[in-house]
Amino acid sequence: MNVIVCVKQIPDPALPGELDPSTNTLKRDGKLILDESDSYGVEMALQLVTAAGGGEVSLVSMAPNDETSGLRTALAMGAAKAVLVSDPSLAGADALTTAKVLAAASKKLGDVDLIIAGTESSDGYTGTVPEQIAEVLGLPSITFAKSIEITDGTLKVARQTEAGYDEVTCPLPAVVSVTAGVVEPRYPSFKGIMAAKSKPVDTVTAGDLGIESVSWAQQITSVEDAPAREAGEVIEDDGETFNKIVEFLDNLKVI
Amino acid sequence: MGIDNIWVFAQAADGAPTTGTLELLTKARSLGANVSAFIAGDGAGVAAALGDHGAAKVYATGDLAGGLPGVAVSAAMKAVIDGGDSPDLIMFPQSYEGRDVMSRLSVKLDRTVLTNSTSITVEGDAVTVQTPVFGGAKLVNSTFTGERPFLAAFRPKSFVAEAGAGAGGEVVSAPVPDLGSTGGATVTAVHVEETSGPKLDEAAVVVAGGRGLGESDKFEMIESLAKALKGAPGASRAIVDAGWVPYSYQVGQTGKVVKPTVYIAAGISGATQHMVGMKGSKNIIAINKDKEAPIFGVADLGIVGDVHKVLPQLLAALQSRS
Repeated sequence: MNVIVCVKQIPDPALPGELDPSTNTLKRDGKLILDESDSYGVEMALQLVTAAGGGEVSLVSMAPNDETSGLRTALAMGAAKAVLVSDPSLAGADALTTAKVLAAASKKLGDVDLIIAGTESSDGYTGTVPEQIAEVLGLPSITFAKSIEITDGTLKVARQTEAGYDEVTCPLPAVVSVTAGVVEPRYPSFKGIMAAKSKPVDTVTAGDLGIESVSWAQQITSVEDAPAREAGEVIEDDGETFNKIVEFLDNLKVI
Repeated sequence: MGIDNIWVFAQAADGAPTTGTLELLTKARSLGANVSAFIAGDGAGVAAALGDHGAAKVYATGDLAGGLPGVAVSAAMKAVIDGGDSPDLIMFPQSYEGRDVMSRLSVKLDRTVLTNSTSITVEGDAVTVQTPVFGGAKLVNSTFTGERPFLAAFRPKSFVAEAGAGAGGEVVSAPVPDLGSTGGATVTAVHVEETSGPKLDEAAVVVAGGRGLGESDKFEMIESLAKALKGAPGASRAIVDAGWVPYSYQVGQTGKVVKPTVYIAAGISGATQHMVGMKGSKNIIAINKDKEAPIFGVADLGIVGDVHKVLPQLLAALQSRS
């Protein structure tokens, strides 16, 4: 059972995000970390490989400046190797270009049974890349998986819906996007962190993958500040502030 | 050449078009003269409502026989486009199925996608959508620069649905072609999670709980308070991920967008993810023990205090009034 997980390395969401004033795209030139949304997919893949009794988890990622910090986190969790596409021509790439690049990178890893991705990244949140990768590769897909089982080469997924969830089956190979919370991601052990330092990361350019020219048909024309919402009264609870809430609700005539 | 021919990916639930669908049709008819809906299934039961919101034509795929809409509807759309009816713009609700159909179609047509948008403007040939970033603090305007059709997805409640368009809603068959290797996924069972009371995205009052509740049992306080206010309970992503409540409770970027008269955030710090889903509320009350919590930056009334003390007092006070 060989599984590829698509992972994104993003600016630390705990820090305030910034737009590059010349391109208006998100600044991604600082240190990047593993998107927490992708740690669920990595954990899911590791569990599936263990359950299958053999095989390995590989990673594909696209990031500027040969960035590997986030990949090392996923390798420390237990992934075996990674392909990193790092190419200045891909700065500000749209979701479709990203999907084409990740699909090409995953082909470099040979035959796999399953490709896992998060439902959307925590920084760009376009949320289309997993399904686009499936279409580029001509594979079936199941999005928004909240659980995954594999029996006799068939996927069985609980797929989140607006109303509840659907049970969906699918033959392998396939692409699955997983929701946060599908599993509890493990913390890398000290041994894992040490081992990750020497695991292979194959860093390639778009050209190395046979993608000769990249362009995308959208342009950010301007950025404006949203109308600010004024903060109102903030008071310390003294045991009586619930009355303030009652009064507030009363004034709005909702009680 | 402006924008003339617009498609809306339509969705239905419980035999009626979703509100998101009707919002997009209403907007579409203000942008172009020629509006069509495109729906999975036979479309018969919803065609009249779609027509009344602006769809002259309703392309219907027929039964998907357990197939997922993403791969099936996109293939049906591609077949119609190849057949000669090629739209200038296709609008998708920012929903599970909307995202999937749009993603597959973007590869088939080799078109970019713009998602999470909240408005659209057309000036001459230029089509621009606006997308909030950084939790809604900034608005990014992006213009399509390539070939048509343009593909754009819109968040719920970006537009207001209005009936009275009086368009025909004529059902046109748009069958799903052979999907080959891509069509392997099959739905074998459907589970609906029952909820009582008003719907989260329609309720006048929403009471939402977060990690500050401390443990899953304490969510009961949120439910009781919501009930006392005839509102709906909601949740932050943190406690949905932790498994305390089902996903259908989630308010935020990946959950529901709510704009109630009053939003009460209890034990919610106000992560960017969450704020996107509730910042449009008319009034916001926040209760959190951390006075630095970002939620206080948008609250009309902020209580720095312990939800375990304030909520029971509030509930008792409300119950003593009724």
